Amino acid sequence: MKQVASAFKSLFLLELLKGLSLTGRYLFDRKITVQYPEEKTPLSNRFRGLHALRRYANGEERCIACKLCEAVCPALAITIEAAPRDDGTRRTTRYDIDLSKCIFCGFCEESCPVDSIVETRLFEYHGDKRGDLLMSKEKLLAVGDKFESQLAADRAQDACYR
Amino acid sequence: MLDTLYELFELGKILFFILLITVPLLVSVAYLTYAERKVIGYIQVRMGPNRVGPKGLLQPIADAVKLMFKEIIIPTSSDRFLFIIAPVLAIAPALAAWAVVPFSDGVVLADINVGLIYILAMTSIGVYGIILAGWASNSKYAFLGAMRSAAQVVAYEIAMGFTLVGVLMSAGSLNLSEIVLAQQGSLLHWYWLPLFPLFIVYFISAVAETNRAPFDVAEGESEIVAGFHVEYSGMLFAVFFLAEYANMILVSALAALMFLGGWLSPFQGTFLEPLFAFIPGMVWFVLKTGFFLFLFLWFRATFPRYRYDQIMRLGWKVFIPVTLVWIILVGIAVMADIPPWFA
Repeated sequence: MKQVASAFKSLFLLELLKGLSLTGRYLFDRKITVQYPEEKTPLSNRFRGLHALRRYANGEERCIACKLCEAVCPALAITIEAAPRDDGTRRTTRYDIDLSKCIFCGFCEESCPVDSIVETRLFEYHGDKRGDLLMSKEKLLAVGDKFESQLAADRAQDACYR
Repeated sequence: MLDTLYELFELGKILFFILLITVPLLVSVAYLTYAERKVIGYIQVRMGPNRVGPKGLLQPIADAVKLMFKEIIIPTSSDRFLFIIAPVLAIAPALAAWAVVPFSDGVVLADINVGLIYILAMTSIGVYGIILAGWASNSKYAFLGAMRSAAQVVAYEIAMGFTLVGVLMSAGSLNLSEIVLAQQGSLLHWYWLPLFPLFIVYFISAVAETNRAPFDVAEGESEIVAGFHVEYSGMLFAVFFLAEYANMILVSALAALMFLGGWLSPFQGTFLEPLFAFIPGMVWFVLKTGFFLFLFLWFRATFPRYRYDQIMRLGWKVFIPVTLVWIILVGIAVMADIPPWFA
């Protein structure tokens, strides 16, 4: 009996028609494609994009050269050299991130005790030359200055979870 | 002198008609690729091409220009002559078969009495292009694709031939125009109804004959890279592409002619007939062909590729017996003059 039923099913192509009706319904379904350059998906405030070094409101750089980010970085993308500044504070003399090594895990940001190294929401960037993806301290600080208001807002929004 | 002038004129006229068929056909091929990407995109809840031109309508033109400027690479170990002649052998029959296709009442390039046989012959020649391409490439993937294609076409040609036998028995003619005219009356007079199993078998065999999904084992991207045309690039590849789509349009047009009454209006014999009388027969023909082409795309978006032995089983152990039985039934019906179809 089972064999007869299955023979009947395959002879009249029932399963195939079922499949066709399913795909036929999807033909008229609403299309969910996001038309990227014109439309963008919403980004989380925890989004991990391009790196930045932040400053305090008085213009003093936050980084104290503790090198925790360098230690935690799983891709070994961060290189830091430190020395005492003229006023006796400990500061970095070199803070490089090799973005071609970085895996954007966000550990540097999590490990930072002074919220200095952070990741912005910016993900649409490129380098024309090979060196363009080697971020120096100046470049990182410039990024931080540019996005400071957004960075501060994102951190404030996330503060209650930290 | 006058005679040669007259002959030249006749030749020019024929060439003009050939262009009149071929150019729209190639344009349809271009837009069939666009339609394919759109339909499959929509079924997969995507949008399909929509960047080049309004709604992506210039996409096929961009594709054609890209292919034209690509380098044609001929593998050193290939058979140069066969390698270049293979795509020509694939596309020439696909275009030549259109000579006997009636687009409307009397609108046909060559109104020959063996139209059906001619078409069967032409579509069979098309496979030589694929086999030669596989052989001449001197590549194992291409060769496997060609072998698969050969076996598959042999298996399905028989079933397809039998369905055509059913049609010609019912119509009593091999002339495609007469086959259409024999279906006159109404929607229910068309041969899809009395020959329903043959209609289904014909269309499925047509999908297999044109090596389209779910029978695209000759190409089988996931198994043998691209099958018979792995080694082809640029315009040579484009010609294979053209041939595949031209064949799709051809078998769809044939299905429309043999089973859906060709250029006949679907409202014939009903009170709606005078209302739709202003629509030329060619429009109905194109619409019916388009319906089958849509089925091709729908199938591709729905069904996974058949396993090779399943294809062979379906061809030899299902289609051939089914068509044979139905041919006998049709024979009895024709002998008994069963109205309305066989009277």
